[in-house]
Amino acid sequence: MSNFEYAPAPESTAIVDIKSEYGLFINGKFVAPKSGKRFTTINPATEEVLAKVAYADLADVNLAVTAARSAFTKVWSKMPAAERGKYLFRIARILQERAREFAVLESLDNGKPIRESRDTDIPLAAAHFFYHAGWADKLEHAGMGNNPKPYGVAGQIIPWNFPMLMLAWKVAPALATGNTVVLKPAETTPLTALLFAEVCQQAGLPAGVVNIVTGDGVTGSHIVNHPGIDKIAFTGSTGVGKAIAKAVAGTKKSVTLELGGKAANIVYEDAPIDEAVEGIINGIFFNQGHVCCAGSRLLVQENFADELLEKLKRRMSLIRVGNPLDKNTDLGAINSASQLARIREISDSGDLEGAERWSPACNLPQKGFWYPPTIFTGVSQSHRIAREEIFGPVLSVLTFRTPQEAIEKANNTPYGLSAGVWTDKGSKILWTAQRLRAGVIWANTFNKFDPTSPFGGYKESGWGREGGRHGLAGYLKAGK
Amino acid sequence: MRIDVMKTYKLFINGQFPRSESGRVYELSDSKGKFLANPAHGSRKDLRDCVVAARAAFSGWNSATAYNRGQILYRIAEIMEGRSEQFVAEIVAQEGVTPAIAKKQVAEAIDTWVWYAGWTDKISVLNGSTNPVAGPYYNFTIPEALGVVAIFANGKPSLLNLVNGLAPVIASGNTAILMASEKFPLSAITLAEALATSDLPAGVINIITGKTEELVSWAGSHMDIDAIDASGLTSKQLKQAQELGAENLKRIHSFDGKASPLRITSFMESKTVWHPVGI
Repeated sequence: MSNFEYAPAPESTAIVDIKSEYGLFINGKFVAPKSGKRFTTINPATEEVLAKVAYADLADVNLAVTAARSAFTKVWSKMPAAERGKYLFRIARILQERAREFAVLESLDNGKPIRESRDTDIPLAAAHFFYHAGWADKLEHAGMGNNPKPYGVAGQIIPWNFPMLMLAWKVAPALATGNTVVLKPAETTPLTALLFAEVCQQAGLPAGVVNIVTGDGVTGSHIVNHPGIDKIAFTGSTGVGKAIAKAVAGTKKSVTLELGGKAANIVYEDAPIDEAVEGIINGIFFNQGHVCCAGSRLLVQENFADELLEKLKRRMSLIRVGNPLDKNTDLGAINSASQLARIREISDSGDLEGAERWSPACNLPQKGFWYPPTIFTGVSQSHRIAREEIFGPVLSVLTFRTPQEAIEKANNTPYGLSAGVWTDKGSKILWTAQRLRAGVIWANTFNKFDPTSPFGGYKESGWGREGGRHGLAGYLKAGK
Repeated sequence: MRIDVMKTYKLFINGQFPRSESGRVYELSDSKGKFLANPAHGSRKDLRDCVVAARAAFSGWNSATAYNRGQILYRIAEIMEGRSEQFVAEIVAQEGVTPAIAKKQVAEAIDTWVWYAGWTDKISVLNGSTNPVAGPYYNFTIPEALGVVAIFANGKPSLLNLVNGLAPVIASGNTAILMASEKFPLSAITLAEALATSDLPAGVINIITGKTEELVSWAGSHMDIDAIDASGLTSKQLKQAQELGAENLKRIHSFDGKASPLRITSFMESKTVWHPVGI
């Protein structure tokens, strides 16, 4: 059987107007950084510089917090809730209108396939605003008592893997519940957040309600340690999450954390094999595996493993790696040189510790950061590749004999963000889902997200939930 | 004249009443300074034994039906009712309050068990949901117990504080380690005697007496404790617990004295399950 060849199908970048230089978005305006410093953000698929971005130091964070506080006290907390909600509806609609622009910019700055930014990241970001808009004037039904109150100023720090979507997960519930925001996008992916600042301007959002400060981890720590911040929301690594938890100890700050994962994807012998293969592919190769809830540990029932792995490898050989802006690309660029180094380092430990590596033949571009879709078989639980979050397109395959063993292995991790289960037997799905210690269980599917659906982890995968009614709790003080 | 038979106040671990493995006790006086008892001065090893027992008991207690758990919580109230006089006498001795005030506290403590007994099979309705996702999936969220919870319930009212801490934590299926009040530990041990005869499986509640300052640092840093009810801690102790607890991201919460379903849900996780809909 021969495969059809794909002609190149690049999405045009003409829709995006990237400025050569960006300021900080403070009190409704773009301003030059007090620090006087700038850093560059690059396209990870080509290593070309996209723009110079302002670096926020403590003086800049101070200004942003002051603006957010003033907007909270003078405007946002006094506004009728229904009116507050209407701003969120406006933002949702503008995001929909400008969706393609956002999608292209996201793929340029992040390296993810346009198919994903266009069909997943941006539509979901808009949906998050639309969903939370409707909550603004219904908070007495949020399960937090009759008269729940916002914390005040929320400091929000988001990662580079879903820049715009994580912004929406943070900003939408914060605004809907009446908080104001100081947001720091990731160092390597600041551009869609800065475009979002323009959306806030177009929506007429009162100055200071959303402030966006670009920078690095030091900028983030200024936010975390700032006495004028009432609530911290962070998505990122478990290591940084723990440092934040330690830093806020003894303060009144409320904290929610969405951290790492090492999700088990359990495939029983009676699973629908073709659907399972698609689910495994989606579970680990979606967004280059830069997904905290990625199904990075495949647990296959032993007697079914050979058959499944054969199909999986065949399917992997059809994955198209390359230009993120090509509409047929499945696997885009690794987000940064440092992330690529990390993926290489942990994956190489798999070779050293005796696991067997396999990747399909694929031509990786010369420039940019790339890693081929990879699986390791013969992995044991003690291997680093079975324990540590790789955050790349690398799947570790383990086997089990009984359902009890699958549960033991699946739960044998300090993480507890997500898990998958594949079987045609309904009672076995529920039996398994009950026993998995994870916040999101995908049964006969994987990596599905929705603003109505709470997301968040057990154990060291974090504190609190985002999305759904449960997600509001992180932004509200219980009423009497 | 008859000489009273005085009680040896021991620990409560895995359904048994051991002395501290360290052999340590500390002297406790009543509100007028008169010798009252030598409760165990629990050690780090005792705390570890509590955690082992609580972890082992978690799976069984968590998978018991909510109906079953509710009946056992109610049973605790029944057994406490029969021991009211002893609880009253100890509160009077420890806290120096009048018998009438002590009696009111005991009644409230018993009624608190009854209140939470009724919550076991209702909390899922309160904090669960089906979520209308935009796609062909059935999606629901259920609250689940999170594991082993350490409870600091110091201060007065000594018995009521214990029950306010314990009842919501175990109602949902968590197992617990109660750090008894350093100054008022007797109610905790007598409560253990009620728990031991209430059909509560061994290890679901474990009670340790000793020095709060030591217990905070040991519990805060123990990697197999999932959460802490810090209601009884000073702000300095709370900070210490939070700093140490960050290492495994313990869920740490404090509450005022009121009974509330938020005390239950604060020590629960939410699990969301997706499944495609189709033929």
